Amino acid sequence: MSTPSPKGQLTRDEVAHLAHLSRLAVSDEELDLFAGQLAAVLDAVAQVGKADVADVPPTTHAVPMTNVMRADVARPSLPRDVVLAGAPAAEDDRFRVPRILGEEA
Amino acid sequence: MSTDTLVEYGELLTRYEPVIGLETHVELGTASKMFCGCSTTFGAEPNTQTCPVCLGLPGSLPAANAAAIEATIRIGLALGCRIATWSRFARKNYFYPDIPKGFQTSQYDEPLCTAGHLDVEVEGETYRVEIERVHLEEDTGKNLHVGGSTGRIHGADHSLVDYNRAGIPLVEIVTRPIPGAGAKAPEVAKAYVTELREILLALGVSEVRMEQGNLRCDVNTSLAPIGSLEWGTRTETKNVNSLRSVERSVRFEMRRQAAVLDAAERVVQETRHFHEDTGSTSSGRSKEEATDYRYFPEPDLVPIAPDEAWVEELRAGLPELPAARRTRLSDEWGISPTEMAWLVNAGAVELVSDTVAAGASPGDARKWWLGELARRANDAGTDLTELAVTPAQVAELIGLISAGTINDQLARQALDGVLAGEGDPSAVVEARGLAVMGDSDELVAAVDAAIEGNPDVADKVRGGKVQAIGALVGAVMKTTRGKADAATVKRMLEERLISS
Repeated sequence: MSTPSPKGQLTRDEVAHLAHLSRLAVSDEELDLFAGQLAAVLDAVAQVGKADVADVPPTTHAVPMTNVMRADVARPSLPRDVVLAGAPAAEDDRFRVPRILGEEA
Repeated sequence: MSTDTLVEYGELLTRYEPVIGLETHVELGTASKMFCGCSTTFGAEPNTQTCPVCLGLPGSLPAANAAAIEATIRIGLALGCRIATWSRFARKNYFYPDIPKGFQTSQYDEPLCTAGHLDVEVEGETYRVEIERVHLEEDTGKNLHVGGSTGRIHGADHSLVDYNRAGIPLVEIVTRPIPGAGAKAPEVAKAYVTELREILLALGVSEVRMEQGNLRCDVNTSLAPIGSLEWGTRTETKNVNSLRSVERSVRFEMRRQAAVLDAAERVVQETRHFHEDTGSTSSGRSKEEATDYRYFPEPDLVPIAPDEAWVEELRAGLPELPAARRTRLSDEWGISPTEMAWLVNAGAVELVSDTVAAGASPGDARKWWLGELARRANDAGTDLTELAVTPAQVAELIGLISAGTINDQLARQALDGVLAGEGDPSAVVEARGLAVMGDSDELVAAVDAAIEGNPDVADKVRGGKVQAIGALVGAVMKTTRGKADAATVKRMLEERLISS
């Protein structure tokens, strides 16, 4: 998937590819609908490209800090029953997920 | 399991030359995870080492582990890398249940270390492996596939996930393509991983136990016709989790790709899986393009900007690296580079060094580790380090031989006892009654009995056929069940039969 072309050029195929990467089931009608809607979103965001930034240094991070680190100390984890209580399904003390198709672990 | 056509290795080398490349993942041995305080202890009960951060629960925020960052920089320094003055984490987005967050926190275009190298030696020839980058990321959870007949993903009904491993700091070391190794490509690949492992051990940054998955390799292999200006299409073999497998996987891929090219077909660029049992590879999932991962800078972590003082402090704290150490030890032990290479291949450098430190002579230490102990390890199908005997115990055994308490044969019996968990060599010698007989009454009796029991032989010796004495020595050794010292027995026999 390459960077979507600007200006309403987002194709159905690109949306289908994004949907696949996001593991979303999108119908044919929705592909058309989303292609249009996403193109509008991209167009809106693309307006920042109009700003004249020739004299503005790139922002590397929203917070002007570096080297924020924590010491390597182990702390207690969550109790397992609490952890698995948030899982859609659990089995043998593990998270149970639907079978993974077409990919190798 | 493979139905692939393969070309004989020697034959393919007449037409093709390989290019290899390696991506090595190393789990760091930190106490806590990369971005949270969960413990990293191996083998804990499933999902007992997780928290909101490594489970990717809403509202949780990561905090980078200082020890992991230092370890990564130290690895970079040991590999002669340039250490970045500005480095960032990035999100690698993909949906797979081994990552609860929907992305792996990794590094993309701003890794901590770049442009290093590692020299490896194969049969006396040195190959320079260029290191492209060393970056820091987090490990994934472990999937268990349920319901399939083989326990593999195909045919599985569902999967069970344990997130204890998710978030453990993982360093990825990527080589540049390695051309020019020719027939030695499989050995160079293995030598590279072996040397890298030695460095990681020396640095103390990881346990690097391949069987526990601390060190995992992806091996890229491609073939091109000899003289071709362009390299061939590469495949990436995953699941290569032992040093021997690294070598085998390259050899197999070379033979398989040669057959594909011979048939005027194209090698498919793909991920392949290595199978330990057959030594073959099979096609895996097609690789997603880098752009499919939609990398972007991690907004929840600030950049890492190692300043020169910090980097120099870490550099000053580096241990003696394995190559320098081997040179020094070769000098100290008075052995040639080839002899040192044998020790390296046997994984015995540290063991011999520790045995020497425990008081044995370098010659004796080498003899035992490369001889009797290597045989034992080979018979048991394990590495030398896995044997249930310590360098200190080997040194003790050697000391008992030097002191004349036991001979080589008895020492092997004592070793049996040590390996069986009966205690230190002295204790085993005592408990099993293995000490060599001195000039004792028992030995005198055995010597006299041998002469009496073999009058013909004794006469021959008396008559001047001195070499016949061997049969009598053998008889005494037999009666004493190897506990006598052969030289002593020979001397005693000579006293009785020759010198009059």
